[in-house]
Amino acid sequence: MLQYDLVVVGGGPAGMAAALKAKECGVSKIVILERAETLGGILEQCIHTGFGLHYFGEELSGPEYAARFIELVKQTDIDVKVNTMVLSVSDDKVVTAVNTADGLLKIQAKAVVLAMGCRERPRGALQIAGTRASGIMTAGTAQKYVNIDGYMPGKKVVILGSGDIGLIMARRMTLEGAEVKVVCELMPFSGGLTRNIVQCLDDFGIPLRLSTTVIETHGKERLEGVTIAQVDDHLQPIPGTEEYIECDTLMLSVGLIPENELTKQAGIGLDRITNGAVVNEMRETDHKGIFACGNVLQVHDLVDYVTLESQIAGEGAARYILGQDSDEKVYINTKPENGVRYIVPQKVNIKSKEDVKLYFRVGAIYKNKKLTVEADGNVISSKKKVKLAPGEMENVVIPADVLASLNENSTITVRVED
Amino acid sequence: MYDIAIVGAGVTGAMTARELSQYDLKIALLDKCNDVAMGATKANSGIVHAGFDAAEGSLMAKLNVEGCAMMAETCKKLNVPYKNNGSLVVAFSEEETEHLQKLYDRGVKNGVPDMKILSKEELLAMEPNLNPDACGALYAPTAGIVCPYELTIAATECAVTNGVEFIRNCEVKAVETDDEKITLDTTQGKIEAKYVINAAGVFADDLARMAGDDTIHITARRGEYFLLDKSVGNTVNHTIFQCPSKMGKGILVAQTVDGNLLMGPTAEDIEDKSDVSTSNAGLNNVKKFAAKSVPTINARNAITSFTGLRAHADAHEFIIGVSEKNPRLINAAGIESPGLSSSPAIAKYIDNIVKSLFGDLTVKADYDDTREAPVRFRHMTDEEREELIKKNSAYGRIICRCETITEGEILDAIHAPAGARDVDGVKRRTRAGMGRCQGGFCGSKVVEILARELGCELNDITKFGGNSNILFDRTK
Repeated sequence: MLQYDLVVVGGGPAGMAAALKAKECGVSKIVILERAETLGGILEQCIHTGFGLHYFGEELSGPEYAARFIELVKQTDIDVKVNTMVLSVSDDKVVTAVNTADGLLKIQAKAVVLAMGCRERPRGALQIAGTRASGIMTAGTAQKYVNIDGYMPGKKVVILGSGDIGLIMARRMTLEGAEVKVVCELMPFSGGLTRNIVQCLDDFGIPLRLSTTVIETHGKERLEGVTIAQVDDHLQPIPGTEEYIECDTLMLSVGLIPENELTKQAGIGLDRITNGAVVNEMRETDHKGIFACGNVLQVHDLVDYVTLESQIAGEGAARYILGQDSDEKVYINTKPENGVRYIVPQKVNIKSKEDVKLYFRVGAIYKNKKLTVEADGNVISSKKKVKLAPGEMENVVIPADVLASLNENSTITVRVED
Repeated sequence: MYDIAIVGAGVTGAMTARELSQYDLKIALLDKCNDVAMGATKANSGIVHAGFDAAEGSLMAKLNVEGCAMMAETCKKLNVPYKNNGSLVVAFSEEETEHLQKLYDRGVKNGVPDMKILSKEELLAMEPNLNPDACGALYAPTAGIVCPYELTIAATECAVTNGVEFIRNCEVKAVETDDEKITLDTTQGKIEAKYVINAAGVFADDLARMAGDDTIHITARRGEYFLLDKSVGNTVNHTIFQCPSKMGKGILVAQTVDGNLLMGPTAEDIEDKSDVSTSNAGLNNVKKFAAKSVPTINARNAITSFTGLRAHADAHEFIIGVSEKNPRLINAAGIESPGLSSSPAIAKYIDNIVKSLFGDLTVKADYDDTREAPVRFRHMTDEEREELIKKNSAYGRIICRCETITEGEILDAIHAPAGARDVDGVKRRTRAGMGRCQGGFCGSKVVEILARELGCELNDITKFGGNSNILFDRTK
């Protein structure tokens, strides 16, 4: 069996940032296991710009953002195994993987970082009635066909869901000469970034129909059209609002699901809302020495935040491996309230002596509200917000001295207030 | 000229082709689609029925009970997963409880072994997730589950290995019969044979009519299903039926041999024999009736929904035999449920007809009624996996991560006898794309592998033949 200090599962932006940070903190033997042909993850097919504004202070394309980290990894002695699929992560941190060169790999790790990313929600989960014609695909699959393979997956396109990938693909398909007829969004608001709605739809005159969904697909072989309908407050189609739209392609951008099969297999506890692991402020799961970061932990809207989160996990893993963990650990829970859907991390060590940043999302659109953080009835902070939207992740810092003043029975809450 | 042309490569045609491939006969197996198992066989419940449903004394009853008894051995020879899980017909009222006795009595007359009527307590002990309002059930321990398309693919591979020619995309447009032969005018040219076996499913009446036999009438009866994630596969231990009605055996809840949970089908007669669309009303009915059997069942766990068409003959009876109107036409029509269960017995039954037509038929010395087990990486131990990858490194590349399917298995599926030619064909043979992400990750990789292996461009690859292309032209 191979021995490594740290095994990083996934070589996308999360895995690379975690591995690099761990290296920087002094971990000697690190390996990244990546299932694709190259490092970089989904960034490799995201050839549009908009990456790196926060982290690098400049606008990069996905492959450019990835390349900066790939270059850094190359400059270290971090081992990288591409075309390698991890089959399981055991309780005692034995990672089993497979590839064509090594065959079956078994690696004993001192610590593991889970950085498997997320996948798109498929059609089946939506239960759209109608035919099983070709031409129905997730926006990410379409993106791969266009940007990596160089083929058009359609000419007349309807997009269901206004997640960021769907918005990006609306513009991409238009630039490639396809006609994007409409983007339908089930909810009364878009889950995508405002800048993407402006730059990808508005600038190209592509209509966004809110509270609208696809209720039926038509066409026996290739898709020939879809029926769309408006939905009521309970998200049920309103009879009489049906409309047939001729199209050969239906792209789905209806949500991302953290890819936590390995996490579940290992018996690690998950958060029902994020569908990612329950973690502490170092992104350590309920299994000591197993950390999670990036989209496998919570779906992010910006890769910059993935990088920052993964550096925390990398540092946490390094401290664990090098025995630098603080002796004193008293964990309290963070609790989302009124309008806040979830908070990561779900647990915080009040003895950590460091500031802790909480990341969270709201459940609906709010205008001119306050974001209030409270512990044991005492307001820690209360910030005015012009706009809060589910598509934009928020964060708030809990200063170290505030944490130190809490006790084991304390709870930190975050809520939306008037 | 062929001795026999079998029209329709569903479970009936494929199992018959395998049975007849033991003789020194020149046989063609035709299908209008790009693959085998594309009609009723592709989308049904996958249940091996015990045999108490069909009317006493009917051919359907006889072949069902015989087929059920043969299924385990057939699947073993073909290396197709089969599970003898037993079935329960659940009663929810006193009236339905009385009906159970009728089914039991009929089963006894049909020759179904070991049935038992269970009390409520016995039933709930066997199936703790069942609706506690259930009053009792008819238990048939001989019932089982099998994957219908896997059985058909395996039977076809076996037949082709034994010399049968599989001709795909071959739709019969006209039929001519003379004293010496029967000629099929098809989309692949003229095909002559001494006899034609009509296993054309919902289109069997159309084919018979072309051959001068207008005695058959087939109605396409639509059935809609939900397939649920494997995480809820263990919700029930047996196949759970409700009491049957005149439209069929009702909505069932059952595990599939692959470990998913299946619920359906509805039953609705439709005009268009190629309409396999699902409907909101149908899918809602599936949810409603499945919840009556198993209240905790939740369509939120659905990974896909689909529709199948049953080939319903007016008399609800199998029509198997030499046509009274055309002596060169052997009909195998009206094969609806329990057609899958009966398929090994139907093949034997047709075998006897063929023997009577051809006289002395000797079995080929090299006939092999088995099919080699396909590689199933996901079911192997780590040691077996290590050995396998050493022999062929293509088994070290995982293409479908949800189901853990390797490139080696996909190559095997493409290069098998009557192998896969499209994405759905690869999916049915390997399960690549059948998991919870439904091909989101591996779909484009399967397209690439197909194009490479078949020597064509990516945009030549289809989802399931015909005009179901996945890609258009190259980008600018």
